[in-house]
Amino acid sequence: MNTTRRSLLLGAGAGAATLALPNLAPAQEAPGVTANEIRIGSTNALSGPVSSYSVISRSHEALFKRLNEQGGVAGKQVRFIVYDDGYQPPRTLEQTRRLVEQDRVAFCFNQLGTPTNSAIHRYMNQRKVPHLFLATGADKWANPREFPWTIGFQPSYRVEAQIYARYILDQKPNAKIGLLYQNDDFGKDYLNGVRDVLGARFDAMVKTATNEATDPTIDSQIVQLQGTGADVLICGIVPRHAAQAIRRVHDMGWRPMFFMTNVSISASVVMTPAGPEKGVGVITSDFRKDQSDPAWANDAGMNEWRGFMRQYLPEGDQNDNNYTYAYAAGLTMIQVLRNCGTDFTRENVMKQATSLAPLELPTLLPGIRVQSQPTNYNVGRQMQLQRWNGRSWERFGNIIEGASV
Amino acid sequence: MSSATGLPEGVAAAPLPVAEAGTPAWQRWLLVAGGIILALAPLWVLESFHLFQLTMAVIMALAVLGLNIVTGYNGQISLGHGAFFAVGAYCTAILMSHFDWSFWWTLPVSAAVCATVGFGIGFPALRLAGHYLALTTFALAVAVPQLLKHKAVEDWTGGVQGLFLVKPDPPAFLPVTPDQWIYLVVVSIAAVLFFLTWNLIRGRIGRALMATRDHPTAAEAMGMDIASLKTKAFAVSALVTGIAGSLSAVAIEFVAPDSFTIFVSITLFVGMVAGGVASILGSLFGGLFVLFVPNIAESISKAAPGVIYGIILIGLLFVMPDGFAGLLRRLTARLRRGGTS
Repeated sequence: MNTTRRSLLLGAGAGAATLALPNLAPAQEAPGVTANEIRIGSTNALSGPVSSYSVISRSHEALFKRLNEQGGVAGKQVRFIVYDDGYQPPRTLEQTRRLVEQDRVAFCFNQLGTPTNSAIHRYMNQRKVPHLFLATGADKWANPREFPWTIGFQPSYRVEAQIYARYILDQKPNAKIGLLYQNDDFGKDYLNGVRDVLGARFDAMVKTATNEATDPTIDSQIVQLQGTGADVLICGIVPRHAAQAIRRVHDMGWRPMFFMTNVSISASVVMTPAGPEKGVGVITSDFRKDQSDPAWANDAGMNEWRGFMRQYLPEGDQNDNNYTYAYAAGLTMIQVLRNCGTDFTRENVMKQATSLAPLELPTLLPGIRVQSQPTNYNVGRQMQLQRWNGRSWERFGNIIEGASV
Repeated sequence: MSSATGLPEGVAAAPLPVAEAGTPAWQRWLLVAGGIILALAPLWVLESFHLFQLTMAVIMALAVLGLNIVTGYNGQISLGHGAFFAVGAYCTAILMSHFDWSFWWTLPVSAAVCATVGFGIGFPALRLAGHYLALTTFALAVAVPQLLKHKAVEDWTGGVQGLFLVKPDPPAFLPVTPDQWIYLVVVSIAAVLFFLTWNLIRGRIGRALMATRDHPTAAEAMGMDIASLKTKAFAVSALVTGIAGSLSAVAIEFVAPDSFTIFVSITLFVGMVAGGVASILGSLFGGLFVLFVPNIAESISKAAPGVIYGIILIGLLFVMPDGFAGLLRRLTARLRRGGTS
């Protein structure tokens, strides 16, 4: 019996020793880069309540497959490793550490979610690992001074609000603005964005009202804002409240210039419940080509994307706009890799990612260019306004760029 | 095997096979020494990422241990221990990031707060049993992430954005990295709590807890104060799980409501069942299980990791209906029979 126990201990010791063997990897030129391979890591919610976003990673895998078939970048094949974090921040940290420390990826790309990326924000910056083009709309990723190794991708809510404010100043320089926002980080981005543009005039021009996500209705806030004599209304609220706001504003006979966050513009979830005719004239914004819009039926860029979908993701749902998003983000990443030349050190990848010359992408609206400068990490900073005509959203006017703050 | 305690086989009166009556003292010490070596070996053997994973596994094991006290030993089903985990984590995070407290001082506060909350939850638990209690605690776990975002406490909890904190630096005289230090801290605290729990369970109180679970009427007839036992079991259980939450906050250096969804509670429950209900060593296996099996599942299929996880879980419960601890117990029993005959 003693022998058995001792041999058990020996066995455990041997097991532990196996784990300790160093990874026998080919010689590295830089972290995550060998003579014929670049390793890129990502995390996404492959399981759990928001796993519908996992198609973004599917799309990236397919896009890098296409790139590899075409010869890769600088003669190197891209190996894209995605791990599941189930949208739980502790798991994101675990999986990201696995990517960086065990798989030794060169950098991470397009990881999903605001709380999840928050959990690794400091880790990535302490380790100086590029944390590129995150799949989240929060504003905090554009902070080159404190977090030089992190950069977002899509226009943030704050940029969106800046764009509305700029349009208002252009159209109605003496507007009285009513701003209704949800009392959380999402809503406060609208407050900050409007303040960015108006600056010292904010207090004189803007009256605000807030609501909680849990409020049953927002009628009293709408009435309150109308009472201030506002002729412009900006709403940073969730879809359920958006439908209420559109109906209420219409029913009380108020006709302000009406801006609605592009989070809450779905025809089926917001406009139809509000009453399609009641929303006529409501303004919002977008940066993607909407694949259901007949204007893009024969568009060269969208046809390129449809060809990619048919060949590499034949089972993918072409109505899912996560695919058009992912295609744009993936192409941006590939452009950065090409710009790196033959130097794929983390320093150079970060340098190229933060000095990206304006780039037009097949699935983004014409005229919208993603770009970055070492002092401005807002990669997507332009949008086009669109107006509800009773049946669909109609784009109008020029591409507008957010303020650089 | 457990002739000295007079309990039937199968009731986990002797949680560690190490300490079974009849084991000579020198063997006991040998095993304790072996355990210490096994616990410390990863410091030199594992790279920082694996060390971090192991740190998280030990933290989960501690949280499962807390759940085991109330559900395993006392028979009160709780599906809401993620709530205590969250409260512990937030106590530490708030004290460290708003008041610049040292991590060590937040532990007693976190323990006290969690024990109080647990004691409070213990009261409705007196009137509710079985499924009803499970649902009540489940509701608690559903509510906590939303309560953390409520505007009344948002200034303290950081709302949706959560709070950032910094893990304690290793003392200057110890030549260890921060990852090694946090592992040492977690393992030491977990070891103390495992030992204290073992001490509690193998004694008079532990027997009373199990008697209350197995036959409340008989226990009451024997003069046990069931109400007091049940509420106190909840308090101790919440305390242990809450300290695990505190440790997780410093190991991850970030807390947010999304870190403490209902899944944490379910995960702890799975860990308890997979490791072994009413087993102290089983809690350790449970912690390892909930941390490593999802990764194994994912390495098998990236398309549907949840399905693989489910299959592994069903398979394991089929092979080991009483968890890892039960398997271990049966194996030791067989070895002993083989050894003595």
